[in-house]
Amino acid sequence: MNDTPLLSVRDLQIEFPNQNGAVKAVAGVSFDLFAGQTLAIVGESGSGKSTTAHAIINLLPGNGRIAGGSVTFDGRELVGLDPRELEKVRGQQIGFVPQDPMSNLNPVWSVGFQVEEAIRANGIATEKNAVRAAAIDVLQKAGLSDAERRLKQFPHQFSGGMRQRVLIGIGLSAKPKLLIADEPTSALDVTVQRGILDHLDDLTKDSGTAVILITHDLGLAVERAESVVVMYRGKIVESGPSLEILQNPQHPYTKRLVAAAPSLASRRIGAGASASKPAETDVDAQESAPVAISVKNLSKTFSIRGTGFKSTQFTAVNDVSFDIHRGSTTALVGESGSGKSTVAKLLMGLETPTSGQIHIDGRDVGNLNKHQMLALRRRMQPVFQDPYGSLDPLYNIANTIAEPMLTHKVGDRASRTARVRELLDQVSLPQSIATRYPSELSGGQRQRVAIARALALKPDILILDEAVSALDVLVQAQILDLLAQLQDELRLTYLFITHDLAVVRMIADNVCVMSKGQIVEAGRTNDIFDNPREEYTRNLLDAIPGANIKLGL
Amino acid sequence: MANRNEHFVADFSEDSVVVDAVRIDDRPSNLWYDAWRDARKRPMFYISGVLIVLVALVALFPGLFTNVAPNDNCQLANSSGGPMLGHPLGFTRQGCDIYSRIIYGTSTSLSVGLIVTVMTTIMGVLAGAIAGFYGKWVDAVLSRIGDIFFSIPYILAAVVIMSVFSQYRNVWVISAAIGFFAWPSTARVLRAEILRVKNSDFVMASTAIGVSRFTILMRHVLPNSVAPVIVITTISLAAAIVAEATLSFLGVGLPSTTMSWGNDISQAQVDLRTAPMILVWPSLALSITVLAFIMMGEVVRDALDPKARSSR
Repeated sequence: MNDTPLLSVRDLQIEFPNQNGAVKAVAGVSFDLFAGQTLAIVGESGSGKSTTAHAIINLLPGNGRIAGGSVTFDGRELVGLDPRELEKVRGQQIGFVPQDPMSNLNPVWSVGFQVEEAIRANGIATEKNAVRAAAIDVLQKAGLSDAERRLKQFPHQFSGGMRQRVLIGIGLSAKPKLLIADEPTSALDVTVQRGILDHLDDLTKDSGTAVILITHDLGLAVERAESVVVMYRGKIVESGPSLEILQNPQHPYTKRLVAAAPSLASRRIGAGASASKPAETDVDAQESAPVAISVKNLSKTFSIRGTGFKSTQFTAVNDVSFDIHRGSTTALVGESGSGKSTVAKLLMGLETPTSGQIHIDGRDVGNLNKHQMLALRRRMQPVFQDPYGSLDPLYNIANTIAEPMLTHKVGDRASRTARVRELLDQVSLPQSIATRYPSELSGGQRQRVAIARALALKPDILILDEAVSALDVLVQAQILDLLAQLQDELRLTYLFITHDLAVVRMIADNVCVMSKGQIVEAGRTNDIFDNPREEYTRNLLDAIPGANIKLGL
Repeated sequence: MANRNEHFVADFSEDSVVVDAVRIDDRPSNLWYDAWRDARKRPMFYISGVLIVLVALVALFPGLFTNVAPNDNCQLANSSGGPMLGHPLGFTRQGCDIYSRIIYGTSTSLSVGLIVTVMTTIMGVLAGAIAGFYGKWVDAVLSRIGDIFFSIPYILAAVVIMSVFSQYRNVWVISAAIGFFAWPSTARVLRAEILRVKNSDFVMASTAIGVSRFTILMRHVLPNSVAPVIVITTISLAAAIVAEATLSFLGVGLPSTTMSWGNDISQAQVDLRTAPMILVWPSLALSITVLAFIMMGEVVRDALDPKARSSR
């Protein structure tokens, strides 16, 4: 057995020069990777995990440069290697799977052309028929049936999961000794994610390829990798065998990460978690509360432009019914395209239903005039997914939070200012940021501002459309805590729309699982998680990365 | 397989981990502050800025820059004469002072540029904002009207209009003739930008709050869309000055009694072979002014584009 590592990174330093000198993105990272092993690099956005991986094959973006340290691959120093030599290493000896399968295949060339291009560039085959045969082989190994026909198709005819399989196929086509996968599945649904990762496991086990897996998900890292490197602000804070890290974290950052990882936690934060009373009676109490939102046989059909002047009908929401009791949280869960966001838009009146009724506090939303609709909007406020897009960049924080009050002509200038202060306190933001602009805040802080804006009119109902999905794990945990605390204090009703089942367990009392526009299963969160009746739900639950790992704490 | 990766823990202090702390620097920043700060770091900003201020001063107070009246005192004895004391650039064919004529012609050229720009901006912003924001048939109608105007070269259209209204040749008519056909480019740029901005989440957020469509347009969509319009404005000012000169040169612009750079260039063409400097000086004045505005447009464009900012 060979005791020298396949890849050895020592004291790697990476800088991004800017006007005021240089920003150190990675400050002294060292790790070893042995042949055939899988190593996961875990960290939040901006921790330098991707930068580290890109630096290994010198794919640093723009003006980034390696300022020091060494990268030894297979006994060869890669830092400062001649670009032409490095090209031979890239692809042939180190494969790379990029993050976003949607933008990493060129839409104007057929998939086959792009696979063949990679095969030729890596020198696997040169003769025309051999290249073609190799390309078919890559697609077959990628798990695509009728590969021959698929070769002629274009990227838009492939789903996200299929594209990622093709990219993995390309990355592995030259049978490299090392594969770097940069968040290969973070843009995909959990069930697709599991399929892709299983597939990646199979392929690399067969060929003995070592893998560096970059991810923000600790559960996924522990499930898929033998060892884990935890990065924080450009440094490694903890590394070692994955189970040991998970069960016996030492560094405070790792401890918090383990505690916050939604895929590993199983408690309901806030209301249901109060120790004094059992959770069950709590849920019963909620069910005796009046119904806040009642949706009956809701359907929405879009007509999509077809060929020529014809248009085809597409049913996004099909006969959906559910009730939400006041003061409780109902989660609407589903994969992309399941129609969950359309339900939210219908509720908020941003789309009109094709059929069915929505009752808010017993009043039919469909028959409201403009004035009543405005009154309803006061009582029901949305928080959107993208904290970067949902705040007007030219509006300062105070004006952003005050906008609903201005629109509904609530109070005078002084009382509005006072209310903004109060709201900033409620979402735990310092009042000094009132005169600042969204670009100065982090994603989590912007989401707090968005929540403050939603609370400005003292609504009863919040519609949270993927409100924490774009946030880093620790920030996500903070926002979920904040939401639970606000619900306790203000008796808010939440409709929580998400693709992330792990988060559901932390926040929701009831769950509706949606698939293809329909609710396939609905019930109390604990019942659904412990005892899923439908195959679809079971698959979703099994696909949560790290779900079956025992914490042993 | 032996486990060859040791469990490593970095040095730490218990409070070394801060999640999502608020870190704000001492100056507020948004698009416009940032652009202003960035522009002030660019040499081009100062060069073009100084030139523009200078041209504006010349246009407003020509008397400060020369004490020779442009058309008095034209003596045929000096016809096409070279520079002499008090007349640094020499004389035209009629014996008039070239320097003085350039100074007094500035206000004409600049006024045409300003009037055309104001006109195209108002028409372009109205058409672009309404078409982009309200969409559907309003967009279809406005965009096709824009396309019709766009398909006619505005110089050609202005030539026709100026020939028809030959008895009303003044600064206002010539500006209207140019501006009436130049607005579609502004409208197109703004419409595209509005289409992008109106699909932002913050617009949806405001809709869900209950803000009316028109308020959303004025309060959120338009302010976030005007950056490219400002860029196009500086460039269209330069283009309008050139257009006036072109029309005057073709003889359908301002009457020859009005002092403008275009007229000076037009009248100088007969002397091109004998006294080329008569043509060179007003052309130079025109080029420098146009260059200053185009440079300013580039500075503004780069300053407003965060990508161009970070790449420096």
